[in-house]
Amino acid sequence: MDHFPMQWGRPRNDTFDAYGTYPVAQRTYNGGVDAFSAGVQHTQQPIVTGTSVLAIKYKDGVMMAADNLASYGSLARFKDIQRLHPVGTNTVIGAGGDMSDFQYIQALLDELMIGEFTEQDGHSLGPSEIHEYLSHVMYARRSKMDPLWNALIVGGFKDGKRFLSYVDLLGTTYSASTLATGYGSYIAQPLLRKAVEGNEDTLTEDEAVKILEQSMKVLFYRDARSLNKYQIAKISADGVAISESRSVETNWSFAEGIRGYGAQTQ
Amino acid sequence: MPDMIALSHPASGHPQQRQFNPYSENGGTILAISGADFSVIAGDTRQSEGYSIQTRYAPKVFRLTDKAVLAVNGFAADGNMFVKQVRQRLEWYRHAHAKDMPLRAIARLIQTMLYARRFFPYYVYNILGGIEEDGSGAVYSFDPVGSYERESCRAAGAAQSLVQPFLDNQIYFKNQVPQPGHPHPKHLPLTTVIQLVIDSFTSATERHIEVGDGLEMFVVLAKGSPLYGLENIDGVQEMTATNDGERLFVVRRNLKRD
Repeated sequence: MDHFPMQWGRPRNDTFDAYGTYPVAQRTYNGGVDAFSAGVQHTQQPIVTGTSVLAIKYKDGVMMAADNLASYGSLARFKDIQRLHPVGTNTVIGAGGDMSDFQYIQALLDELMIGEFTEQDGHSLGPSEIHEYLSHVMYARRSKMDPLWNALIVGGFKDGKRFLSYVDLLGTTYSASTLATGYGSYIAQPLLRKAVEGNEDTLTEDEAVKILEQSMKVLFYRDARSLNKYQIAKISADGVAISESRSVETNWSFAEGIRGYGAQTQ
Repeated sequence: MPDMIALSHPASGHPQQRQFNPYSENGGTILAISGADFSVIAGDTRQSEGYSIQTRYAPKVFRLTDKAVLAVNGFAADGNMFVKQVRQRLEWYRHAHAKDMPLRAIARLIQTMLYARRFFPYYVYNILGGIEEDGSGAVYSFDPVGSYERESCRAAGAAQSLVQPFLDNQIYFKNQVPQPGHPHPKHLPLTTVIQLVIDSFTSATERHIEVGDGLEMFVVLAKGSPLYGLENIDGVQEMTATNDGERLFVVRRNLKRD
């Protein structure tokens, strides 16, 4: 998956904004307008974006991580945004991509959960139902050529079963024991797979936290749209627990030794 | 180095509208071969986008009824949604007629469902395999807008160009001259077909980066057909759900994961 959410769903074109500065560098258009097409506004690009979400299965359930940054192009615009959102008592969704679309999805899910609650029929929506619902919403919107510009990970634990699935702006879905969106799918996913694949039933909670912390650190070192302030969500038989924001120790002393670009003359 | 001020509008003076592309391509390969009284439908289980593996297990081959199996390949979101809708239509048919829809009728249904979306197509190549009402094994292959034909063997997807020529040679005996007095057989036995399918996928896995991880192979046997040694195949599992007579099996194998 592409690191830049504004490129999602688009043909690759490296000559267009190679540095991913949009929308900061975009100039306003003052020409004429097509009155007919202007009648309908469709999302053409994400504006305020979140970067990677990571998720893994472990012995007692599912664990997810996402940082607290919402970027405006290359500007770190909002630094206290929660991108892990609990839905009901068994599910957490994590979102990359456009944050206003994500807030709209949260509103949709609130409405859905309240509707189900008022039935009082002894049933509640679990992670698989929520993922199914989201995949239909996302696919329907892409089919209207008016996508919700997100990559979502749905993690949950219900009736003794772990659940972990992905859905994005195209309606593409899949599940695996490790998932990552955005830059994380390039940088963190290999680390997660190495640590988790085949060990899903033996990894302890502490080990799972360590794996995610390490991956978030690597992402912070390499992803320019990331922040060293993130949360970890744990979904197990005890229900949902989303941590306070935390950070990892980083060490930049190696940067002193880098030669060849930057301000040094020698 | 690319022009860094290429952000500006093209010569026309109109804004550069980079349109949302509602399609993607998720790799993988599917394959079906029919015999005199059986049909084999297979696909790998890798789902990818570009150079990234999204998951190592995403089924592309689906049981529709005890005598019909559908394999879908192309854009995964369209494929899954299409299978869901076909299954819904088959359920309605079962409630209306108290029997499963015959294979050739499913094939025509798939054509009309695909062509209904002629101007916003499902970006999916379908291969339908199963048993006809006359008890013969059959394979139907479709293009994304519904053109279809009945054949006895078809490969589609990422490694179509690697697998189909192999099948033409081994199933249709293309470019093979029969020994005098020993004509090519009309139908191949099930064990031979299964070996050809497994070989096709291990070979495609070697030479195509989008193929691998797992092989899922469905075998449909006609009413009253013997097992042909199917019970001795590693990792076989029966999936038959009705008493209509046809029997359905699935075989799962590992493929290389690199």
